[in-house]
This record gives sequence, C-alpha cells and structure tokens, in this order.
Amino acid sequence: MSVRRLAAVQPEDFEFTQDNLQWAERQIAKYPEGRQASAVIPLLWKAQEQHHGWLPEPAIRRVAEMLGMPVIRVMEVATFYTMFNLEPVGEHFVQLCGTTPCMLRGANALKDVCRKVIGEQRHVTGDGKLSWLEVECLGACANAPMVQINYDYYEDLDPENFETLLEDLRAGRAVRTGSQTGRSCSAPLGGDTTLTDETLYDGSRVGKWRKRFDETSAPGDATEPTSEGRPAELSRPEAKTSKGKQDAEALPDAGGAKPSEAKAPRRSAKKTDGEG
Amino acid sequence: MTKLIVDGAEIDVPADYTILQACEAAGAEIPRFCYHERLSIAGNCRMCLVEVKGGPPKPVASCAMGVKDLRPGPEGQPPVVFTRSPMVKKAREGVMQFLLINHPLDCPICDQGGECDLQDQAMAYGVSGSRYAENKRAVEDKYIGPLVKTIMTRCIHCTRCVRFVAEVAGTPEIGAIGRGEDMEITTYLEHAMTSELQGNVIDLCPVGALTSRPYAFQARSWELSKTESVDVMDALGSAIRVDARGREVMRILPRINEDVNEEWISDKTRFVWDGLKTQRLDHPYVRENGRLRAASWPEAFAAVAKKVGAATPERIGAIVGDLAAAEEMFALKDLMGRLGAASIDARQDGSALDPRHGRASYLFNPGVAAIDEADAILLVGTNPRLEAPVLNARIRKRWRTGGARIGLVGERADLTCGAEHIGAGTDSLTELVEGKHSFAKVLSGAAKPLVIVGAGALARPDGLAVLAAAAGLAKGTEAGWNGLAVLHAAASRVAALDLGLTPAEGGKTAAEIAAGGAMDVVFLLGADEIDVAPGAFVVYVGSHGDRGAHRADVILPGAAYTEKSGVFVNTEGRVQMANRATFPPGEAREDWAILRALSAQLGKTLPYDSLAQLRAAMFKAVPHLAALDELLPAEPLDLDGLKSAAGKLSGEVFVGAVPDFYLTNPIARASAVMAEMSALRSGAAREAAE
Repeated sequence: MSVRRLAAVQPEDFEFTQDNLQWAERQIAKYPEGRQASAVIPLLWKAQEQHHGWLPEPAIRRVAEMLGMPVIRVMEVATFYTMFNLEPVGEHFVQLCGTTPCMLRGANALKDVCRKVIGEQRHVTGDGKLSWLEVECLGACANAPMVQINYDYYEDLDPENFETLLEDLRAGRAVRTGSQTGRSCSAPLGGDTTLTDETLYDGSRVGKWRKRFDETSAPGDATEPTSEGRPAELSRPEAKTSKGKQDAEALPDAGGAKPSEAKAPRRSAKKTDGEG
Repeated sequence: MTKLIVDGAEIDVPADYTILQACEAAGAEIPRFCYHERLSIAGNCRMCLVEVKGGPPKPVASCAMGVKDLRPGPEGQPPVVFTRSPMVKKAREGVMQFLLINHPLDCPICDQGGECDLQDQAMAYGVSGSRYAENKRAVEDKYIGPLVKTIMTRCIHCTRCVRFVAEVAGTPEIGAIGRGEDMEITTYLEHAMTSELQGNVIDLCPVGALTSRPYAFQARSWELSKTESVDVMDALGSAIRVDARGREVMRILPRINEDVNEEWISDKTRFVWDGLKTQRLDHPYVRENGRLRAASWPEAFAAVAKKVGAATPERIGAIVGDLAAAEEMFALKDLMGRLGAASIDARQDGSALDPRHGRASYLFNPGVAAIDEADAILLVGTNPRLEAPVLNARIRKRWRTGGARIGLVGERADLTCGAEHIGAGTDSLTELVEGKHSFAKVLSGAAKPLVIVGAGALARPDGLAVLAAAAGLAKGTEAGWNGLAVLHAAASRVAALDLGLTPAEGGKTAAEIAAGGAMDVVFLLGADEIDVAPGAFVVYVGSHGDRGAHRADVILPGAAYTEKSGVFVNTEGRVQMANRATFPPGEAREDWAILRALSAQLGKTLPYDSLAQLRAAMFKAVPHLAALDELLPAEPLDLDGLKSAAGKLSGEVFVGAVPDFYLTNPIARASAVMAEMSALRSGAAREAAE
C-alpha cells in the first residue's frame, strides 16, 4: 500500500438515499446510547456502496455528523481501511490478488492483462467501466490466481480467459462468477481423487465402524479411566493421546478392511515412506 | 499496595500503578516517547520495555501494564522487574533502531535539536550505527495552524498530540490517517487547529515534528538564558520560563505548577513574546503642538511636575492597567496619597468588586486545584475558554472524570466541558437562587459546589448583586466550604484590590476619572483599555505604544512583565514573583523606579530607594503579599453584608470579559502572531456565520 489521499475532485454534497438512511438508522440503533460511533464502518460502507463504489469527502463529513463524531476520527477510519476507496473506481472494480499463491500461479500475467485492457492501477477507463487495484490475499488461494470484481470472485484465471472476462464485463455481457475453468468450488481440477468409493455414500457402511468399535473396546481398555497398577507414564496425557490415535487409525481400517482393500495398502505404504 | 522488586530493590506501590510508575518510584529511569503522565496510555512507541518475572515471557511495555497484573513467584515472592538487564538493553536498542529507520538525520537543522527526547534517548539507549541501507520514508508537511510548524518526516507516531487535543484541549482535531508506515498526523483537510492550548503540542512532541512556528530557526536551546517567572496574560498566573538571548525574549515555555497550570499554558502566554519587541516605548515623550516628541527624562518629569503643581488634588486621578505588578501599584497609591488625591482606581473595566467586602469577595476562593474536587460547577457570565484557557482545561478534566455537572449562565459557547446552558442573563441566575431551575438542586445538593463568576458579570452596574447571588449559590453542604470563585481577567487585579487601589473617600472611579472635564491630570499606569476623554493632561507610564500612549501628553516608558521583578497575585490569591529575564529597551525603566523618580520631582519623595525597600514597605502595609507561592485562605465572606450592599439584578444578559482572546492587552496587541490568530479566528467565525 502507499499513502492514500482523498480524491482531488469531490462532489459538492452527499446525502444518503431514503432507503439507506433508514438502514443507517437501524445500524446506529444497534449500539447503546453514547456508542453510536461504533456504526462508523457500516455507514461508511453504505455510503461507498451508494456512491458508485468510492467514498467522497462530503460522505465522511456526513457520517461524522450522523454519529456525532469528530470528523477527523471518521477520516482516520476511512483512510485506515483499504476497502474504502477514496478515489473513483470503475463500474467493475477489479481487485487483483498479488499475494504469494496467486503470484506463483500467474497473477503477474493478469496484471499485464489489466495494464493492457484497463491501464495503470487506480485509473478508470474512459467509459467509466473498469479500474483495477492490486490487493493482498483475498483468501481463495486454492483457486489462484483470482480477482474480485465488485462483490464476486473470479477464479482459476489465465491471461486469455481474464481478458475475455474483462471484455465481457465492459460490453455488459453475462459472465460466470467463481471458477472460470468450470470446476465446482475448490474441487480438484481433474475430478475427485479421494472419497471416490461409492459405498461411502450408499449407506452400506453406516454403523459398521460402530460395531467394530464396540468389539475392540473391552473392559480395561485405554479408553477407560486410568485404573490402579497401570504404569504411571501411560496415565500421562500424551501417552493417552498416542494410544487413542493408534485406535483411531486402526478403527476405520479395520471397519473397511474387506470392502476397501485398495485403500488400506496405500495408506500403510505411505506410512512406511514417512518412517523411512 | 502491591509489592514488587525493581532491579533488586523491593518497593511497595499503589495497586493502580503501572510498571513504569513503579519503576520511577523505585528510582529507575525508563525511556519513553508515547507515555505522558497527563494523557491516556497509548503503548505504541515500545521504548519503555522492561523484563519481568511474573508476567509475559517477553519484554513488556511497562507503561501499559499494571503492577497488579503481575503474578507472584511460586512461593509468593513479589514479581520482579529488571530495567537494566541484557534483555532490556537489547530490546531498547532494537526499538531505537526501528524508530530511527525512518527518522531523518537532520538534527543540525532541527529546532528540537538539543532538547529532543529522541536525540537524548538515542544517545543513552541506542546503538552507534544503523544497519538500514534502504531509503527513508518522506512525509508531506501538514498545515495545522499559524502557531505550530510541522516537519512530518520526523514524526515517530507517538500520538501524544492527538491525545492532547482530544483529551486535554477538548478539540479533537488532530488525527492519525493512513496506517502502518504510511500513518500521518494531520488535522482534517489541514484546517488550522482551533484550541487556545494548541501550543502545548510543541512541548509534548518528543521529536521535532511539531515545533513553534514563530520561533523557527530563531535560537538554539543551549544559548538561551532561562528565567523562571509567572504569566500575566490572564489572571491565572501560570508558571512560565522565559528564554532570552541577550536583550531579546526568544520564547516562553510552561513550568510545572500542579496547583495552577499543571504543565500547560495558553497560546497567548506562549506566543506573545514577539509583542515584547514591537511598539515599544523606549524613550520618554512629551506632546508639543499636538505631536509627541522624544524627550529626555528631566524634560518629561518637568512637564508632569508643571501640570501636577497647577492642579488641585481633587482634579488628579490615576487609573491602573491590567498588567501592573504590585510594587508599582503600591508606589502609585503611595504617591497619590502624598499628593492628596483620592481618585485612584485599578478597575478600568468598571468592576463592582471592592476590598470593602472582604478578600473573600474577590478571590477564586477554593483555589484552582479545588476544581478537581468540586462536585458541581456553575459558570456565571464567563467563558473560561477565553478568559483562562488553562483553567478551562482543568474544568474539562473534572468533567471527564465524571460525577460533576457543569452549568453555564451567560453567552452560549463551546467550553469543551459539557456545560449545560441554563440561560443568558440574570433571570436564570434568579431562577437558580429561587430554586426554580433543575440545576438549583444540583448546586444545593452538592458538598463542594463551585460558582465561577467571570469578570464580565461583575463589570456592570448590578455586579455586586450578581456576586451576592453567586456567593449564595456557592455555599455547599460541606462546612467551611466557600465555592465562590471570581475569575478575573486582569493579572494585576487581585493585587490591586489587596493593596486597596480603589477610590478613597471622595475619590472617583475609573470611568468617572476618564470622563470629560473631570480631571486636570490623569496618570495611566499601563491602562490601555479605557479612553480618557479630551481635556485632561494624561501621563502614561507603560511599555507599549497602545491606546493609552496615543492619548498621552507625556509618556514615561516602563518595563514589560519580562523586564522587571514584580509581585503578582493570581485570581485565587496566590502571591507569585515574576522575575526579570531581560532589560527594558532604550531609556525605559522599571515602573516603580519611574514613580520614585517622579515623586522626587513633584516634591513628594517616596521613602524607598530600592526595590527591596519598596517591598519591605509594601509587605508592612499588606502582610499577606509576603507569603510567596502560598495560598492563604481569605477571611470568611460576610454574605449578609454583601447582600445588603448589593442592589437588584438588572435582568440584562451577561457579556464575557474577553471578546477577543488574542488581543486582550497591549503586549498581545503588539504581537503579529496574536494578530494573525485573531484574524484567523474572526475569519472562521464569519465563515461559520455565513
């Protein structure tokens, strides 16, 4: 981030619409008397929403007035939180994640696309449709690289589909949100690789682990409360956990020993790998 | 009380102490930038890190952690604090390196150089070099008013200024915008600050980010001679330090006096010093053919002697101004007495206060420090924010601690202390006296109510009635409490009333003296706020070429408050000594010496040849003036006597004594800085009205 300043050109005045005003009053009413300043972020956010995605200076004053706050305190909040845009943004405001996972997956190429299609950061295209800003991690690393445009995430981008996306947005064509490669949420790219066993879902395994569990947990087992004569070290919490862990690992294995034989060897193989 | 061990020494401190306070009580020095005793705790500079046993296993910001949050040892041993351990040393060095990453190395051109906390602490706790090779951050300077200059690159984000204006001054105008490395201290859209106490942020700033604009590049702190003195800009008598170089006063700083000004001073006190250099009367003047001509002392004295010799005692009068010290007032009264003239008055504003009614009738009786314990405060015809801004900060402090309601009868104003406006005129006062207003219950139920009466409420025909009404409201339920607090606007006033500078039997008041045709000869001792009608021969003794000097027929150049040693009595009756920091310019002399020399010319020689002799005579006449820096309680007020002397309330609205905070006296009117502030303020007021 760099130093954030209010935009050079500001509107004359700012007033909440009637709906937003009522909404704001409901927000303010949430807080006890004398603590109205707590509503500053919701109100600023609503003001930004109402004012084409950016926060003009009169809105800061207006919010301060509504909450009985010194205007500098509202200014502090507005300049602290980078999600408050202090300068005009495009109708479609692209927030491009440039943090490590996205960067490794090609966010830099997306920046080049932005520069080509939109121009430099914090610059609104002549038609007012697009502007972009590099932001820090937006928390969708599994689908990197990604951008947020207004309220939606657009994931699994590459320079080609990103450029198409931007052009579609500019032209007002319908676009799909989320992954641009067609996968659902963060599902593996080439289809599922785990939990593929049909029996997991057909109900045939229901209760099997329970049966196995009842059989193995005989009286005097580790899951029982510590009895006398037991070595002291076994009564230590870590001793218990390690024992419990073994049980937990053993149980599904045993429960699904016959139907899912394919799984068991793979897991044990992994284990030996780890040990080796 | 909580026990803890600081650097090996066991110490018992109150449980509400922070570790930093406990360390100080134990005699350990803790470096700090953001922590300040009179502000809230921020804990953001990290310079006060100490090592503790019984607390977090890491260096602890001692300013922000209470001693009661420390755990005792396994056998109940007290918690242990180290302030000189290797861990603390390393932590301080680390913090210092971080602070210096972005701090410019411009000490040679920085006004804070030589008195900079960062400089001092970098020497004491820092390392010798920097490991930082990258470019330093640069920050745009902000405009925050004509008094405080900003060099924001130097800012270390301690937020002391932000907290001061929000908490003490009560004008939350400074804030920290942006965040992290890009955090910047500014006012909203770089508007000028509106506080009358804004100059204090200069002292609070631990680095050179906020410095005095008028003092910029004028002097270095180590080349100044420092004189401890008291302020005369208002009647509070704030403790000040006058820094002078050669014959010039270079700046004025506050001194700590917990009972009066804590450690704040008003902007007028701090920035008035440029007025000490301009418009000065450095030569006696005699009016010839309508024009003032520079003359010698003998010429001037001869002119005065000629006129005084020709006048009868009834037609000689004297008016004393607001900045006069007790010594010259005593000498003037003595001289007038020897001349047989009864018309002498120090109340040029026409105040109804009179020493006849006892000392308790004109003092801020409970004392300024008692504001902290008052449980109800009523302001009558006063705007303390303009009449004594530091006192107003104290009222605000009381209000912030809660439990005290504050009422205002008088002009509606933003006093920053949550004052409830009761009414504008004496009708509201009557309502309170008769118990008709809801606030009357607050006052009558309070153990220690404080009724602050402004000078403006007393300088009117029904002044005594206002005083009597206020005194009646100020009794309180606690025995022996007298909550009547007269807030004077003139520094000389209490001493003048103590000395009895009011018309003697058959004498005339200030307004009568000034009226046309009343007098043949009028002495003005620094009296500039009154217009003497044409006709009288006016002798002006004073320091500045202000209104009084323009009217004068003979000007006898005197000394300003920084140029003489003098006794001043503040509004609560505290006797304080102002000391000489520089000498008067040119031919000007100390006022008492002028009066002594003049008395010889008039053939009525005053019987003292030195200041010590004069003081001895004065202390003999008024013994309590010898009790320097003590607050002697006045005799109990004779309320019934006052009530019988008082007339009826007139029903008029109250008008404050200080219409323009920045231009109240001849020194301030000669100051370019004060003129600029006044213009800024009136401009802002005009804008607000539009």
